[in-house]
This record gives sequence, structure tokens and C-alpha cells, in this order.
Amino acid sequence: MTTAIGTEQVVRSYTTYAQPLWRRVLVTREASIVGLLLAVVAVSMAIVPNFDSPLTVTFLLREIAPILLIALPMTLVIVTEEIDLSVASVVGLSSVVTGLCVQAGWPFPAAMALAIVVGTLAGTINGALVTFVGLPSLAVTIGTLALFRGVAVGLLGTTAISGFPDAWTGLARTNIPGTPVPVIMIVFALLAIGFAVLLHFTPFGRSLYAIGLNKEAAAFSGINVGMTKFWLFVMSGTVAGFAGVYFTLLYNNARGDNATGMELQVIAAVLLGGVSIFGGRGALHGVIAGVLLIGTLASALRLAGVTSDIINVITGLLLIVSVVSASLLTWAHRKRIAAVGKRKGRLAARAAVP
Amino acid sequence: MQSDSTHTATPALELSRVVKSFGAVVALRSGSLRLEKGSIHALVGENGAGKSTLVKIIAGLYRRDAGALHLEGEPVDFHSTAQSKAAGIAVIYQEPTLFPDLSVTENIFMGRQPVGRFGRIERKAMRDEAMAIFARLGVRIDPDRPTDGLSIADQQIIEIAKAISLDARVLVMDEPTAALSGIEVERLFAVARSLRDEGRALVFISHRFDEVFDLCDTVTVMRDGAYIDTLPIAETTVDELVRMMVGRDVTELFPKLSAEIGDDVLVVEGLTQPGVFHDVSFTVRAGEIVGLSGLVGAGRSEVARAVFGVDPYQSGTVRVAGRPLPPGSPRVAMARGVGLVPEDRRKQGLVLDQSVARNVTLAVRERLARYGLIWGARENEAARTWASRLEVKTAALDAETGTLSGGNQQKVVLAKWLSSDPKVLIVDEPTRGIDVGTKAEVHRLLSQLAQRGIAVLMISSELPEVLGMADRVLVMREGRLTGEFDRADATPEAVMYAATAHEETVR
Repeated sequence: MTTAIGTEQVVRSYTTYAQPLWRRVLVTREASIVGLLLAVVAVSMAIVPNFDSPLTVTFLLREIAPILLIALPMTLVIVTEEIDLSVASVVGLSSVVTGLCVQAGWPFPAAMALAIVVGTLAGTINGALVTFVGLPSLAVTIGTLALFRGVAVGLLGTTAISGFPDAWTGLARTNIPGTPVPVIMIVFALLAIGFAVLLHFTPFGRSLYAIGLNKEAAAFSGINVGMTKFWLFVMSGTVAGFAGVYFTLLYNNARGDNATGMELQVIAAVLLGGVSIFGGRGALHGVIAGVLLIGTLASALRLAGVTSDIINVITGLLLIVSVVSASLLTWAHRKRIAAVGKRKGRLAARAAVP
Repeated sequence: MQSDSTHTATPALELSRVVKSFGAVVALRSGSLRLEKGSIHALVGENGAGKSTLVKIIAGLYRRDAGALHLEGEPVDFHSTAQSKAAGIAVIYQEPTLFPDLSVTENIFMGRQPVGRFGRIERKAMRDEAMAIFARLGVRIDPDRPTDGLSIADQQIIEIAKAISLDARVLVMDEPTAALSGIEVERLFAVARSLRDEGRALVFISHRFDEVFDLCDTVTVMRDGAYIDTLPIAETTVDELVRMMVGRDVTELFPKLSAEIGDDVLVVEGLTQPGVFHDVSFTVRAGEIVGLSGLVGAGRSEVARAVFGVDPYQSGTVRVAGRPLPPGSPRVAMARGVGLVPEDRRKQGLVLDQSVARNVTLAVRERLARYGLIWGARENEAARTWASRLEVKTAALDAETGTLSGGNQQKVVLAKWLSSDPKVLIVDEPTRGIDVGTKAEVHRLLSQLAQRGIAVLMISSELPEVLGMADRVLVMREGRLTGEFDRADATPEAVMYAATAHEETVR
């Protein structure tokens, strides 16, 4: 038994994965959500009248686009065991800023830029309070949820601004030629690819999972835990700022109370998509499937004539069932490992007896 | 074991041949202790000698696997700390566990407040009794103030008051003086003596021999989880105690290879963080293993963490290969070739819920990236290389690290840092809690690293490990370097003196 350190000789061989590829791909939470989404789509197409019309697809995608967009940075935030509850308020604030600028006669691109900058600033405030003041993000963003919403409503009162340039509102409602898919999905696809690469294929992404599972070990591995979180909150604010502009154009309406409560829809979808609220687990394709699942289910039920309160009940139950099932699976997994560990311990104890 | 004792009176508490093991690790092989009433009994031994395990068995925190426990001659068996407390045993730990926002009185009577009619707490009765106890102890503490902000010494007095209000017959103090100043120690001792004179039995655990000789009348020495001897203080000397504490044969394998010692690689000068460590200066050269010895709490790990940048320091400099290292940045330290295998591998060394592969590559994730992107295949390849060089026993690279045994987890931490190709490797308790076979492997590995020209700083509480592996031994006590020995001069006695003795007795 010589440890051949410093030589190229390989003494021991390992399989890379304990389980075959199909199990690693299919027996995952993400796969089950994708499967559920496909099942809901298939059933709806079969039995819900008008569900398969292009208009349904267009309206569905337009409506969930802000949630899809905001869910991307939210996934990264939750993977590090933090949360951003202020996103919907940032959407409202960004909407108001867009409206006020346009009302003041700014060219629309300038208004949009300022709204995104304001969103970024809002995220910076969140990040600074979490990282430099050291407050828990739950408390910080509950506070800024009220603060940003308050500022938004305060700036515009209970009035609304409409009359945005037709070219821009039209763009928000245009489909990709020849498809029922709105053009905002191109922006989403680009952002989704960006965030997926960031989370799953960069050293930065690796550090997010390490932070979510064990902050101390992450710090001992040279990861700057605080700054990492800071940038995530900034990203979250930027994307929410952009989503606010889109929201304003889509409904041709800037109001202080736009998107109220959307943060819960986003977080519900992220959790449904398999991201652990305790950090360190989750993948972006699961999250996208989670948002689509909630959106599709609501859309199909609405078309089937189910009232919105019932839809809320069903969405809530789905979320609870999915979170409970995840906990149950983790519990079963731990039990199994513990059983193996005990067996090993007994063997070791027996071996130790001379 | 002690049936031949000359004492005729029934001892307050007697443990004989108590055994306790955790899984395959035997923490206490044969613990024996005989406490007389009206006596202060010292319990001494190296770190890991089994003192704490013994105390926790007395406190009811652990249940013994074998052996006998007698209280006032009656066999007893504690299933919980509540039972032990009810039987009149009080244990005061080094760090008092009080409720900071509650008043002194409320803390003393926590969980057993005197109640009057309608279940109302009788505040006055409670306060009066607290005052009476303080008067008896001869201390002045305001019973109404919150315990938050009280010194450790006063908090310990409150723990003692709690014990007295319970009418504890046996009082165990686990290193109570570690955080106290000279005057506070004197006051604590005065309280201890008055309790002894009331006929209670006290156990005093301390690494400071001057205190042991000052306060106690009897001493029991433990080593390697076993009872060694019990002697009246008057009939022994510091030298004899030290010899009994460290006098084991170095039976384990310490494969020390001769390495060519090169230039200074890690140079630390005047490193100071108030209250933690003071004016620490040392050098580690290429190919050299420097052992950093001392008692737990002497500030060794804190120095290591400050050097690596995880903890801050107020003044001093750290240089690696001639270039100064900015404080507070593990990232820069790693980039310059410093690696730290931390003390607590489960909390600081590893992400237990992640795979072996991810853990091995966590510290080199940026180096593995191409054009900013990292691929699983490259990670697995790197992990495979290092896992096999260190003979990590795992079936698959994607096994959760938490499922591995302690020794294999430590190998994963070592693999993680070796893959970063360090110039300086700081290892903090590299073999804590791992079996003898793996220990020898880790030692061989450290020797090989030194041979390859890596500067190794090894923190260890195990004296044989330090003496067996180190080219030079540094000793810390209470945040200061108190000794430096070459391999030839580093005897167990010399190191132990430097680690425990007070200013007057230091060489």
C-alpha cells in the first residue's frame, strides 16, 4: 500500500457515476416536472376546448414572460440559500419610472434605460444590505418589498400612465413571424442560455452551490461569499427592472401597483421546478418547466371555465405536494445512507476487535 | 481498582473502569475516579486523554458502555443530564451556557422557579435566595441585571450559584480558568475552597499546573482514555505529572523522510489580533515540516486561519516566497500557493452534500475552466487523478462526500488542496478522528509532500504526531509563541512545559 504521490501512476480506479445515464437524467426532480408539464399540455390539448389555438399559446407566453425572466436570477439567489421578495415591487417601480419618463417627453429607449438602471439600483440596495450590513435577505427584501412599492405608488399616486409609443407596445405584442411565440421569448431564450451557462458551466456557478450547502467551507475554499451574493441581488434587480418595462408595454399601462404579488408566483415556480429553499440544489431547466407548468395549468383551467380562486387552490396544492414529495425523497435517501453507514460501522467495529 | 484505598469514608462519587466508544473509536478505555467529600480533585491529561468524555458521563450527557458509577456508595445510572442534576451533580463547562437576556436570578432558577398561588413565579423569594447564595460565596453580583455583558468569570460564578441552589454535592469544573485573569482566578478559587469546606466534592480540570498545585489536594492522571494514577498533591511534582501524562511509547508509524530544506517560503512576522494571538513570528522553509503544538484554545488554528486570510488580523505581515500577502483574502492566498486543510473537515473542509468530484475540484474550479467555462468531464478527470493518488476509498466519483468514512473524507480534503499545487500547506489537526492505518498514510503523505519541496505547517494536539513528524516544533500558549525546538531537542517534557507553564517557569 504505497501512496504514489507525485507520480502519474493511477493506483485505484473509479467509476465516474454510481448510476447509469438514463437514471441520472430521468430519475430527477427536474425530469418529473418536465414530464408533468408534458402531461398537462397533452391532456389539455385533448380535452380543453380552444387550448390548442395559437392565440392561447401567445397569450400564455406573454403573460408568464415576466415570471420566466425574473425566475432566472431568482434561481441563482435561492441556490445560495437567500431570497429576493422585492422583485415584484421593482417591477412596479420600473413601470412607474418608464411611465413618468415617457410622460416627461423622453424618448422611449432612454426611459427604458433609466428604468433598468433604477431596477439595478434597487438590487444594489438589497445586495448591500445583505452583504455589507449583514442582514438576512428575508428581512431585507420584505422591507424593500414595501419600500420600493411605496416609492412607486408615491411617485405616481393612484393614477396610471398610458399612451406609450405604438412602435414599442406593438413590439411587445408581436410574434416571431410564422409562429404564435411572442418576440419577448427571444430575449428570454438569450437570458436563459446566459443564466444556464453561468449556473451550470462556470466556476462562479460552482461556487453558488457550494455557498448554498456550506457557507463556511465555501469561504475556506477561497470563495468570496458576500460579494457573490451581492452580485446576485444586483442581477435580480436588473432583470426585474427590464421585466417592468416589458410589463408596462404589454398592458400599455404604467401603475404603481403593477405586478403586485408576482414575487410569490416567481418563488412558487422556482420551488416547484426543484430548487431547494435550503439552497444548494436545483437546475434551471426545472425552473423553466416549473413556470410553464403553473402557467399552462392556470391557462387550461381558465379555458375550461374554472374560477380563479379554484385555480389558486390547485396551484397551491401542487406546490405543497411537490415540496412535500421532495422532502420525502430526501428523507428516504438519508434513511438508506444511514442504514448503509450503520452496517459499515458494525463491520468496522467487528474488524477493530482483535 | 481502588478497593485497596486507605480512605474509609464512602466516596462522594466513584467511577471504576468506565468504557465509552463512539462507533469504532474508543474514547474512554478505562476511566476511574474516586472523589472524596470535602476535597478538590484535579483531573489532568493531554488533549484526547478522555477527561471530557469522563465528565460527560458524570453529567449524564453520554451513557457508559461498561464499568460502574457509584454515588455515595449507591450504584447509579444516568440517562439524562436532568437525572444527574437531580442526583446532586453539577458540571460547569469552560463556556458558561446562560440565557443572555434574562436576569442573573432568572438564570439561576431557570426551569425550576419557585411558584406561588395561581402558578405565579415568586420573584421575591427567588431574588432573596440568589442574594443569600452570593453572600455565602462572598461575591457581589447584581441579581437583577441581565447576564449579557457579564465577564466569563462572573458567568461561571452564576453557574456555581446555580449548582449551590440545587445543593449539588459534586461539582465538576471543566477548565474554568482558561478564560480568566489572575484576580478572577483567585476569586474562583476562594469560592471553590469555601465549597470544599462545606463538605462538597469538587473536580477541577486544568492544564495549568501552578493552579492544580495551588488549589487541589488530590490529582488523577489520565492518558489515552485510561486511568494512570491518583496521587496526593503533596506527594508529587510537576515533572512527575508531565511524565505520566505524555509517557506513552510512540508505537504508531511516523514515516519521517529526510527532505532537503530550501529557502524560506512562509514568513510570518509579528502577527497580532488582540485577544486571540500576539506577536506571532515564524518561518517555514521549503521541504520542512514545522509542527505547531500547544493546548486546545492556545490560538494555533486562529493563526493558521489568519495566515490563510479567512480571519482578520490587526497587525503583522505574512509573506509567501518573498511577496507580502494581503490580509483577509483566501483567494489571493490560494493564488500565491497557500493551502489550508482546516481543523473541522465536516464544517470547513468539505461540502458534505456534494460529490467527491466537486469537493476535490472546488479549490481549483477556476483553473479547470477553459474560456471561462467548466465541464464535468474535466472536473471528473482531475478528481479521478487526485482521488487515486490519495487512495480515497469510494465507489464512484459522484458519491456524496458525507457518506465516506472520516479518514476518507480527510483524504478528499487533502486531495482538494494537493490538486491546487501549493507551495505552503497548512494542515490543522490532519489526523483527528481517523483510524490508525489512515493516520499512518496521512503521515507518509505529508512526508512525501515535504520531500517534494512543499513547506508544511502542521498543527496538532497529538504530541507523538508532532514529535514524530516535525523538523521543528513551535509551541503556543495563550496566543503567544512560547517555545521553538529543533527536532533533536523536542522532548515531550520540553514541549509540554512550554505549552502549559506560566511566565515564571518558561525556559
